[in-house]
Amino acid sequence: MQSSNRAFLSGNAAIARGAWEAGVRFASAYPGTPSTEILEYCGTYNEIDAQWAVNEKTAMETVIGACYGGARSLCAQKHVGLNVAADPFFTVGYTGVNAGLVIVSADDPGMHSSQNEQDNRYYAMMAKIPMFEPSNSQEAKDMTKAAIKMSEEYDTPVMLRTTTRISHSESIVTLGERETAPEREFVRDMAKYCVLPNNARRLHVKVEERLKKVAEYGNNCEFNRIEAGDTRIGIISSGISYCHAREIFPSASYLKLGLTFPMPTGLLKKFAESVETLIVIEENEPFIETAVRALGINCIGKDRLPVCGEFNPDIIHESLKEFVEKPMPQLTKMPDVEIPVRPPVLCPGCPHRGIFFILRKLDCTVTGDIGCYSLGAFAPHNAMHTIVCMGASITNSLGIEKAMKDKIHGKLVAVLGESTFMHSGITGLIDTVYNKGRHVTIILDNSITAMTGHQENPASGHTLKGEPAKVLDFEAICHACGVTNVHSVDPFDLKAVESTMKTALADSEPSVIIARRPCFLLKSYKPKVRLVSINRDKCVKCGICWKLGCPAIEVNQQDGKTQINKALCVHCGLCAAVCRPGAITQAKEEA
Amino acid sequence: MARNILLCGVGGQGTLLASNLLAECAMEAGFDVKKSEIHGMAQRGGSVVSHVRFGERICSPIIRKGECDILLAFEELEALRWTEFLKPGGLVISNAQNILPMSVSAGNARYPQHITETLAKISADVISVDAIGKARELGNQKCLNVVLLGVLARRITEIKPEVWPEMIKKMVPQRLQELNLKAFRTGWELA
Repeated sequence: MQSSNRAFLSGNAAIARGAWEAGVRFASAYPGTPSTEILEYCGTYNEIDAQWAVNEKTAMETVIGACYGGARSLCAQKHVGLNVAADPFFTVGYTGVNAGLVIVSADDPGMHSSQNEQDNRYYAMMAKIPMFEPSNSQEAKDMTKAAIKMSEEYDTPVMLRTTTRISHSESIVTLGERETAPEREFVRDMAKYCVLPNNARRLHVKVEERLKKVAEYGNNCEFNRIEAGDTRIGIISSGISYCHAREIFPSASYLKLGLTFPMPTGLLKKFAESVETLIVIEENEPFIETAVRALGINCIGKDRLPVCGEFNPDIIHESLKEFVEKPMPQLTKMPDVEIPVRPPVLCPGCPHRGIFFILRKLDCTVTGDIGCYSLGAFAPHNAMHTIVCMGASITNSLGIEKAMKDKIHGKLVAVLGESTFMHSGITGLIDTVYNKGRHVTIILDNSITAMTGHQENPASGHTLKGEPAKVLDFEAICHACGVTNVHSVDPFDLKAVESTMKTALADSEPSVIIARRPCFLLKSYKPKVRLVSINRDKCVKCGICWKLGCPAIEVNQQDGKTQINKALCVHCGLCAAVCRPGAITQAKEEA
Repeated sequence: MARNILLCGVGGQGTLLASNLLAECAMEAGFDVKKSEIHGMAQRGGSVVSHVRFGERICSPIIRKGECDILLAFEELEALRWTEFLKPGGLVISNAQNILPMSVSAGNARYPQHITETLAKISADVISVDAIGKARELGNQKCLNVVLLGVLARRITEIKPEVWPEMIKKMVPQRLQELNLKAFRTGWELA
């Protein structure tokens, strides 16, 4: 929403705005919470060619190419996405850029929707790439622009590191105009762009010289500043931690860091000398604290503040109580009532539900993957037994069968979505065929990258900008990988799912089942509906329908029988298919 | 002084639009504003919460436990879950709707009884409204979020009454404006 030249923007929207103002022309990413919206917002600007890549590595390599080719560029990923893109990330640190390049890493302290809380500030240090850390949306925009400028001035890619609370919090931003980038194009320069050992050795020397210059800039730039206050307590902080710290220590002195790699050591020393008690407040790892201690400066830090989890003002207050003037807030007395948890669940009409029902029924060992279907690990499905990282399902299965051989044959299934299959599952399938694995792979093709909020992908038929695109032929791809037995099923047809699974499990070769039906939430998906109803007199409380884990199926709190929540039911018919006494039925005719 | 408002509900209830409208109105009224919520896993029918803070200068986007001035709950169980953020005597506005979580609908847990009475014991300032019923009367249960916003608006004296409908006109698509303006007025009169 825009009023005059101010807008209320999320960190992610502000990054996209900053990229647009900085003259960025190209952006690419694979979706991942909390980074996803950056590319979606980039896509709203006509001047930015924004695209979804099949994974973070191809995104990174494409933006590297685009910046070599003369376009100011941006790529964005969640923290674990940078693991996937790490290889090109390290190399572009050596080659440098042609046009400006900003690489966004959105970390997830507290693991709101991630498998770990790795602190990617170490990536900047390890790859020797300068890094900004914004602490609100205004800074997210300003630092994106500064990153593009620095990138061209120092011939380096620049990392912008956010966290969930920066990416997904909203605050007021002053908007600017779009800058016109100078015309550039690719200039052949083998010594710069071909990292053959001889060139790379020279490039490494250049990188070290470059870092010294950026460090000098860091000691004198607007993003690293001393905010004078009461000198009895001096706080060094960055990112969201700075905002929380300000709530708890409103009158202390601050060294507010925005460019945290290379570390502005001159400023650290100067600030430390000016205060009595020095406290470093940062989420997760002691990244700044280690730099402070390396200078021989003593400070309070991770000896008090937790390494695990996301910060909030309460945690900072509690951990540093004796330095805080005000008392902890008085709390409301909570009643002695047990409050049931409300975890996320597969939506009514989700095409994945029936697959997990059958996997559980057949008591399969299931190696899982990352997506909505990760919810298959929860009760009542309990049908996912490993989740490692994007694409790991197929290769995890291959490894398990290598270890257990015949003992697991006929029981082992890898489950992943079509987007994850394209991301990094396909290499595992080739591995499985080549190395004579025999497990079953189920590709859940719901025609969209659903978990992150419906992003287009090569199976959806559209690009990020909404243009029509070719649809990948999964059956042909699997055949081409060397899989002879490729089955396709409708996941709503439970009988077909069960018999296909039995056939596939009995096979002596690896097989693939493609379970194809669009995500029920897709706006373009308008399935024909046959109404589902229940005759509660016939319900015998056998509980089989409860095992579907459907939000529309409820246990009546009085009589213990099933009832269908009409507001939630979308008439997918799965409950009617599993109901033994015939209490739940589905109409033969379409409504 | 900052004003701290926590909006909570169940994924899909429209808490996001309500918190956006609130934040934009506070900005329009000349305040510094911050808002924070968690996306991702919460979209799939999970518990959702949105922190909105406004005042002269806002640093952290997160409301501290014991410092929430107003809890705006879209669902009763969620009201109960988030009251630990409420300052003693703070205002609770609760939609008298029960959405069963999976643990309850599968028969593994019980939905707490008499939540309205329990809330009344927690704070003397509780407004329990049938926002979902009112929204249905207006012909679209999805506008329950704006009904609730109307209740809330009446109690936020720092923002002039006329700011709200103006913002609804600005932010809601044309075809839904009349409905949402009616919903807002309905809520305003309920408070």
